[in-house]
Amino acid sequence: MTPLAGYLLLSAFLFAIGLAGALTRRNAIIVLIGIELMLNAANLNFIAFWRYGPNPEELTGIMFVIFSIAVAAAEAAVGLALIIAIYRHYKTTNMDEINSLKG
Amino acid sequence: MNLPFAIIAAVIVAAATAAMTLRNLVHSSLAVAVAFGGLALAYLYLDAQFVGLTQILVYVGAVAILIVFAVLLTRGGEPPEKCIFSATWFWGLLITVAVFATLAWCVMHSFASRRDPSDKVEVTVKQIGDALMTKFVLPLEVIGLLLTAALIGAVIIAMREEKK
Repeated sequence: MTPLAGYLLLSAFLFAIGLAGALTRRNAIIVLIGIELMLNAANLNFIAFWRYGPNPEELTGIMFVIFSIAVAAAEAAVGLALIIAIYRHYKTTNMDEINSLKG
Repeated sequence: MNLPFAIIAAVIVAAATAAMTLRNLVHSSLAVAVAFGGLALAYLYLDAQFVGLTQILVYVGAVAILIVFAVLLTRGGEPPEKCIFSATWFWGLLITVAVFATLAWCVMHSFASRRDPSDKVEVTVKQIGDALMTKFVLPLEVIGLLLTAALIGAVIIAMREEKK
């Protein structure tokens, strides 16, 4: 197995763990952590492809990851603010109990 | 397949699995901080020093702390008595296994992943700064605007509504 395949498999497994957490856990904060793990798996792919790609001096992979980290940080801030607002309204962060849009 | 990569991969996989399976939310958020740190090590090992240090600053420094604060503000610190998995956990697990099987099959069969590694690359912070200020200056401005809007939005969403 080449190094690139190793990194891609690691990234795929990380994505699968994040997806499992987002799909199977009850708590909204854990769901958000799962989404963060999936975003990080995508970033690892970008860096691996940049490092083992044909022309790494182009810096495109690094630039994409830097912007992706900034977007992920904004997403985490807004997501956690939403969770706090939902908790204030429903007094719970259990995803199975938050099932009405107009509470 | 070499030893540093194996160690980094083991740390990342163990920490991420712990973050997704532990009952206590505080333990989960600390485990995910370890997973972010392991990813930073992977970036450093892949010769992307700037990205690795950015990962430590943003994820271990900011996002992990933000998650801990959210746990604190939603009183999620106490472990739940009931089951931690949702009612539809079986379908979630099935979808996850299908997604991982598809991705792994694609990785193992694609010709792109059989590429030989290129020579060692040197990327200095100066090169990255030059690129950010010339070729990528428009995305940089847009990302600044996005961050400002997102942070103002987060504050407004989380702000307590005034009683009338």
